[in-house]
Amino acid sequence: MTITIPELSLVVLIGPSGCGKSSFAGEHFKSTEVLSSDFCRGLVSDDENSQEATNDAFDVLHYVARKRLAAGRQTVVDATNVQPEARKPLVALAREFHVLPVAIVLNLPEKVCHERNQSRPDRQFGPHVIRNQSQQLRRSLRGLEREGFRHVFVLSSPEEVSSVTIVRQPLWNNLKHEHGPFDIIGDVHGCYEELTALLVQLGYKINEGPTAPSVTPPAGRRAIFVGDLVDRGPRIPEVLRLVMKMVEDGTAFCVPGNHDMKLMRKLKGRDVQLTHGLADSVEQLDRETPEFKQTVIKFLDDLVSHYVFDEGKLVVAHAGMREEMQGRGSGKVRDFALYGETTGETDEFGLPVRYNWAAEYRGKAMVVYGHTPVAEPEWLNRTINIDTGCVFGGKLTALRYPERELMSVSALRTYYESARPFLSQEETAPALTAQQQLDDLLDIEDVIGKRIINTRLHRNITIREENAITALEVMSRFAVNPKWLICLPPTMSPCETSKRDGLLEHPEEALAYYLHEGVHKVVCQQKHMGSRAVVVVCRDADAARKRFGIMEGEAGVCYTRTGRRFFNDAPLELEFLEKVRKAVEMAGIWEELKTDWVCLDCELMPWSAKAQELLRQQYAPTGASARAALPVAIAALRAAAENPEIAALAEQYQQRKEAAGLYVEAYRRYCWTVHSLADLKLAPFHLLASEGAVHTAKDHLWHMETIGRICQADTGLLLATPFQVVDLTDRADQEKGIKWWEELTATGGEGMVVKPLEFVAKGRKGMVQPAVKVRGREYLRIIYGPEYTLPENLLRLKSRGLGAKRSLALREFALGLEALERFVHQEPLRRVHECVFGVLALESEPVDPRL
Amino acid sequence: MLLTLTTTHNPATDLGYLLHKNPAKLHSFELSFGKAHVFYPEATAERCTAALLLDVDPVGLVRGKRGQHEGGTLDQYVNDRPYVLSSFLSVAMGRAFGTAMSGRSKGRQELADHAIPLTATLTIVACRAGEGLIRELFEPLGYSVSTEHHPLDEKFPEWGEGPYYSVTLTGTFRLQDMLNHLYVLIPVLDAEKHYWIGNDEVEKLLRKGEGWLASHPHKEAIVKRYLPRQRQLAREALARLAEEDNPDPDATEEAHSEEETKMEEPIRLWQRRMGAVVAVLRSVEAKRVLDLGCGEGKLLRALLDEKSLTEIVGMDVSYRSLEIASQRLRLDRMPTKQRERLKLMHGSLMYRDKRLAGYDAATVVEVIEHLDAPWLAAFERVLFEAARPKTIIVTTPNSEYNVKFETLPAGKFRHKDHRFEWTREQFQQWSRQIAERFGYAVRFLPVGEEDPEVGAPTQMGVFSS
Repeated sequence: MTITIPELSLVVLIGPSGCGKSSFAGEHFKSTEVLSSDFCRGLVSDDENSQEATNDAFDVLHYVARKRLAAGRQTVVDATNVQPEARKPLVALAREFHVLPVAIVLNLPEKVCHERNQSRPDRQFGPHVIRNQSQQLRRSLRGLEREGFRHVFVLSSPEEVSSVTIVRQPLWNNLKHEHGPFDIIGDVHGCYEELTALLVQLGYKINEGPTAPSVTPPAGRRAIFVGDLVDRGPRIPEVLRLVMKMVEDGTAFCVPGNHDMKLMRKLKGRDVQLTHGLADSVEQLDRETPEFKQTVIKFLDDLVSHYVFDEGKLVVAHAGMREEMQGRGSGKVRDFALYGETTGETDEFGLPVRYNWAAEYRGKAMVVYGHTPVAEPEWLNRTINIDTGCVFGGKLTALRYPERELMSVSALRTYYESARPFLSQEETAPALTAQQQLDDLLDIEDVIGKRIINTRLHRNITIREENAITALEVMSRFAVNPKWLICLPPTMSPCETSKRDGLLEHPEEALAYYLHEGVHKVVCQQKHMGSRAVVVVCRDADAARKRFGIMEGEAGVCYTRTGRRFFNDAPLELEFLEKVRKAVEMAGIWEELKTDWVCLDCELMPWSAKAQELLRQQYAPTGASARAALPVAIAALRAAAENPEIAALAEQYQQRKEAAGLYVEAYRRYCWTVHSLADLKLAPFHLLASEGAVHTAKDHLWHMETIGRICQADTGLLLATPFQVVDLTDRADQEKGIKWWEELTATGGEGMVVKPLEFVAKGRKGMVQPAVKVRGREYLRIIYGPEYTLPENLLRLKSRGLGAKRSLALREFALGLEALERFVHQEPLRRVHECVFGVLALESEPVDPRL
Repeated sequence: MLLTLTTTHNPATDLGYLLHKNPAKLHSFELSFGKAHVFYPEATAERCTAALLLDVDPVGLVRGKRGQHEGGTLDQYVNDRPYVLSSFLSVAMGRAFGTAMSGRSKGRQELADHAIPLTATLTIVACRAGEGLIRELFEPLGYSVSTEHHPLDEKFPEWGEGPYYSVTLTGTFRLQDMLNHLYVLIPVLDAEKHYWIGNDEVEKLLRKGEGWLASHPHKEAIVKRYLPRQRQLAREALARLAEEDNPDPDATEEAHSEEETKMEEPIRLWQRRMGAVVAVLRSVEAKRVLDLGCGEGKLLRALLDEKSLTEIVGMDVSYRSLEIASQRLRLDRMPTKQRERLKLMHGSLMYRDKRLAGYDAATVVEVIEHLDAPWLAAFERVLFEAARPKTIIVTTPNSEYNVKFETLPAGKFRHKDHRFEWTREQFQQWSRQIAERFGYAVRFLPVGEEDPEVGAPTQMGVFSS
């Protein structure tokens, strides 16, 4: 006997104790698919037969079943299930998760059951137990379908039980193996001319055939119709003919719309009101042959509520589809696909008010739908409505997948008056898109707790709960408007520790690192000692509103590595951003990159502008105390220096005094007083992103060259970063790079940053460090203390582990770029924010801050 | 870094006997944080000086013992600790001069029991409280005090004066007494940056302070500054996200809150505010209440006393504040029934949060003025649109009243983190617009003594849906 069950269903085994349910389940299902009540009894009470534990055991069983069904896992319930009250919660569970409940009944003779129980020492209950259960089972048999089981299979003998094979059938809506590309077409409503024009525009060839036109799609492409082919429009039968032919030929898929289903009921002779344009369909189809009508009925009847394509990445349904319903089959799913969800209220035009399910949509799949006419298709949380009301005088729209491009053909005329005007008037057009309005409010669930963020560059990145706690506080208390916060810069690792005497860092190690990772060329950039800053500038406040949803009239922002506004002085910030904007404009970047905004990764100097507090509280005090104390100590030691031991100590202190002097010189180099904008220097080094692109495909030469042009436009404020390209396979070139670093640091420079020429470079084991810093000997006094160069200190400082820092740098780099990618791809703010928040959370991981 | 002790008591070289250190030699000691050396820059019969030179090893302290990378006593290599006299000096004194401090002397016991002319030079101390404190600590004990201040950085006078002083203390004491004074008072001077080694600090303090501390006019300040401050884990994590311009946000916040509280204290504003909040909650017969931005739990304590409240939720964005609230309210020892009424929750008013839905009332006491404009806009929707409690009580300073605070300069806010302070007109306008937008009715209640000109110090809006 073959039992065919849907690949996702809730199978309820029914039968008295001893009838062989567990063996049956073990034979036909994976052990993890089977939830056994006896096992659950054991879990909660250590005794699989404890009747006292029954309630707790079923709590566990139902709980696990819920989790499995929510995750879309086939689930089998192995319990006696002979009483209706035991089955009722299971049927309810199946309904809740939109899966079909299936009953498999093992209705074996009482004797067989009793004998089997007798042979098991743990089941010594009397024959009356089996008798009761068998009676209850038999009383249940006829009512199972009424209880809600969609498939009922009854096995009445051991032979029958052993002959069973179970076949799992994919759901009709599962077209995950179809990968596209597709052209998804909105509500046609009998607008044949517009449909053919749109198909032609999409590159389809239409050849008139004897009964129906045959359509040849461009290579590899297929069409998907979102339903509502019929009603209201002028050439309904022709639309049907064309679509039916395409579906038959395998060049199109079609999901049903509510109008299509109502027409089908009418054609089947049901009593249906001829409203909302159905009369047009009926009238036009009356001119067709009865055979044609029969074909139409058959076609419509076979339509599947919705489809899941491309490994679950694309869902098409007439009125949309909630995440938890995608790929499921139930009456509710079908209703949702056809009608969407309404709030139960009606609007001023007497039409039902639709519930905006898309606003809450959090699913991974793109959902393309129609049903409600809109003036312009708009992305909202990965969903898009492409019904642009062609029949009402709007246009017919197609979405190209996976390109996400929209194409449309305007209606030749208005065929039907819309009860509710849907074309937005210019003056009432909202200032923000629906997505931006929705993005006004971020949800705490999108940031707190342990989170795993999927990135394009670096697999999944885990954010630990305790780090998210810290990030939430910093974000809420100090960060700029999250709409501006489209990325945070990653931390950077130093090179491996130098083996040379007297040095902690040297370029050799950085160059060797990249060479051994298989990198051919690197760029060495002078490292500036200021504070890291991200600068976003827009062409004007209007561009900021349109692209970033900023309503406060700002046209840019400058923020720190933890997302705080860089300037506390608003007029100064305005002046600063205006200068950057002008420079970008003069360099012709708006046109060159076809953008209204750019995001720059920069260093802002002087260090003292931002770090004044730190200088006041830590750096200057260290220098001041050293300079005040050491000479006194030296004088005291020298007074007793006839003792050679004390003389040696005096000498040591003299060295410390010199180191302290060098230390003060070192930090002073990066400090100057800022009276006005003229005292600030901004050194951008990455042009991270602009409209439509995160510039990671461009190498660092492009970044340097493009930024160089911007800097030329305002040499007062902007500073082009000096750099050198080094061919790592050329010894002489390497020497040249090393020499350059020596020159830079001999004059007290901070050092340099070595990056692979490519923005994102792959090494032996995945992505390599995007940058490695090599800091100068004098500069490092600010990091490791004035006296770090003393041999006994250096020796200890040389043992330092870079592993944690490097791993952190890679994860932050990947997350920062992911945030930008998501922003550039117009994803909802919460998706961008998740990554930015993640960088902030990672930054609170305990890693040696001196690295 | 250097403490010298000089006597002119003839023969001065007897100082060597008192200290148990031969003036001709260099005496070195290994200590957990570095080394200490004792030597004599001068040793004549007229005048003898002993020097205790402290070699604090910051590298070792940051890295911890045996090359551990965590758990060091210091957290920064760049540190003034190697150059100043701090609690490390006290530890070194205990090692180098232990016998002298207990007043025993082998061979010169009589001298040890006698007051002799002594001068101590302290090179250098970090005293953020200023020169005044140095005098306040030492002068009552009978020292004549002279100090020399060292600039922070002469190139950048705008960075301020800096806390460093060389100090000379002169007086006639038993050596034992002077050493004990120094042992206790040097860490006290330095209190702001204090790293302790041992756990039995209270006992040590009592021992070393025997005979003089109890009668010292500033004994309370001495005890307070001497005892270690607790550093908490949450705070350290936050410190990693600190910015260069605000290295310790929690400490800053504490200091600012203290300023505000101090200013408002004379008019008992906090108590009045809580009273008014409780009165409103009673009037609307709220049972389940949210205290949003509960901070360290001042209002929560008052709410717990309201028996009619069945559920009280305190939420704050600062994890540290919640920890403190939990300690202050003694959550872990609260009786079960009482404990069940109260929940502390980490969360942010900038993010929609379904945990906040379904409450009778929410109190938002002195919170909104800490929010930047975009975040205030988010807050409005989070609370009034998404959480939608039936009653919302919002309080905020009335900026008109600020002229009444004598210590507050004109145009300044009461708290440095305030992003704005509103006049009555501004607050009422904002409240009415919010009420209209989200379907609430609003009424206003002045809190605190009302002035005919400038109104009450706090303004309260009560929103009801």
